[in-house]
Amino acid sequence: MPAEHHGSVSAEPVISARNLDLTFQTNDGPIHALKGVSLDIGKGDFVSFIGPSGCGKTTFLRCMADLEQPTGGTVTVNGMTPEEARKSRAYGYVFQAAGLYPWRTIGGNIRLPLEIMGISKAEQDARVARVLELVELSGFEKKFPWQLSGGMQQRASIARALGFDADILLMDEPFGALDEIVRDHLNEQLLKLWDRTGKTIAFVTHSIPEAVYLSTRIVVMSPRPGRITDVIDSPLPRERPLDIRETPEFLEVAHRVREGLRAGHGDV
Amino acid sequence: MRRSVVPVLTVVGFLLLFWYAAAVWLNAPWAYNKAQRAGETLSFSQVVADTWSQKKPRLPAPHQVAREVWETTAQKAVTSKRSLIYHAGVTLSATLLGFVLGTGLGILLAVGIVYNRTMDMSVMPWVIASQTIPILAIAPMIIVVLNAVGISGLLPKAMISMYLSFFPVVVGMVKGLRSPEAMQLDQMRTWHASRGQTFWKLRLPSSMPYLFTSLKIAMAASLVGAIVGELPTGAVAGLGARLLAGSYYGQTVQIWSALVMAAVLAACLVGIIGLLQRVMLRRMGMS
Repeated sequence: MPAEHHGSVSAEPVISARNLDLTFQTNDGPIHALKGVSLDIGKGDFVSFIGPSGCGKTTFLRCMADLEQPTGGTVTVNGMTPEEARKSRAYGYVFQAAGLYPWRTIGGNIRLPLEIMGISKAEQDARVARVLELVELSGFEKKFPWQLSGGMQQRASIARALGFDADILLMDEPFGALDEIVRDHLNEQLLKLWDRTGKTIAFVTHSIPEAVYLSTRIVVMSPRPGRITDVIDSPLPRERPLDIRETPEFLEVAHRVREGLRAGHGDV
Repeated sequence: MRRSVVPVLTVVGFLLLFWYAAAVWLNAPWAYNKAQRAGETLSFSQVVADTWSQKKPRLPAPHQVAREVWETTAQKAVTSKRSLIYHAGVTLSATLLGFVLGTGLGILLAVGIVYNRTMDMSVMPWVIASQTIPILAIAPMIIVVLNAVGISGLLPKAMISMYLSFFPVVVGMVKGLRSPEAMQLDQMRTWHASRGQTFWKLRLPSSMPYLFTSLKIAMAASLVGAIVGELPTGAVAGLGARLLAGSYYGQTVQIWSALVMAAVLAACLVGIIGLLQRVMLRRMGMS
């Protein structure tokens, strides 16, 4: 497999990684979390990262978010370094756990980053109402997190990441802890949201159907060292009802992803 | 709540039984001594009756202590020097001032330890060492030194309370301020939150369960500190002074009633914090 990939990106890429290396020094010796990772993500792309644990998919996402410092190579986000991008609040990050504060209402939780960013009270109210509507949680603003189901909590955390109008959404296995039915529903909603907002989304998952269903591009990664082994441009249309997952095109892409994962595993 | 009433009352019942039996056992020699000098012989019921009603018993019976508490609270003006409420009030003021000072100092030290690496490495061993020194040894010195610089009255006692009560607050708050998960701190980082914002919006609220647990221990320790602080002050006022005066004159009933008062005071203070804790944590969705 080639070490370098250039996607079919028309304009200037929103996120661009070149020869990214990240080595963690541990007591058991160095761990190559990322090695020679290059990728371009274009504006409005929905890119999924899939691979077994230890393949560096989360680490890659954290490098884009300036939560991890690469030991080699470069990443740019909106043409800036990840640190500049973070400081200019260029992206919203959704973690695996909703991480809502129990002492704040749903509205209060969504307002939290807005307060930190010093956005005016009136503007906060307007934004909270808007993003709650986007994730179909209107009417839950005054509820506390414990009054919501796990799926609703995760939607609230997505709303929180949308609240400050970043063009980029970085999502680290946001639906990993939820059951299959809730996950299907949230996937459908996420696609709608992506379609309505035109955001660029980088999405880490370990579910093949999820990756194929959601993405315009699927990045297959493999561990030791963490690297990209395949990048698949999805032939599926933008409009995707849930039963698209039974079509031959869908199954063919899923098959290719599975082959890529297997190949990555074979050469360990 | 109701489920705990029966077990608690049962334990109290057994304690009272044991107390009465112990009073008979400890006070009987004096009863026999008196009878011998008077040339009388006592029946068993006379011995029991005598041991439960001596003026200066080794161990006063519960009803003697209860009567003394009643007489020195309900039947005395609150301003009287013989009112136990007056003395409890004196101790309470030192306890509360020491508690506030100790809690403040404890929180400040904890913030320093959590935010400053040098303090993290250096302060904690001293905090622990401070608590290994017997308070009885250091209390008179604090009183004497502060007296020499012209500070007397409430503050020296409150300082001793503070000395005892800041410790649980430091330990609890260091743990509490460090209780947010790595994910929550990363989240703050992605929003480019300042250290102050992370403190006020995440670390401090997260530490509340730890703070309240610490405050309960600190309050009890603060009361002990105030009483200990009153012992070397020349026994003017306060529950500690009452204890000391009682032991000078062999007034065991007075000592025990002061002890009971201290216990009731501690129970009320800790109970109030417990109540605050329940209300606050329920409102914060953390209970």
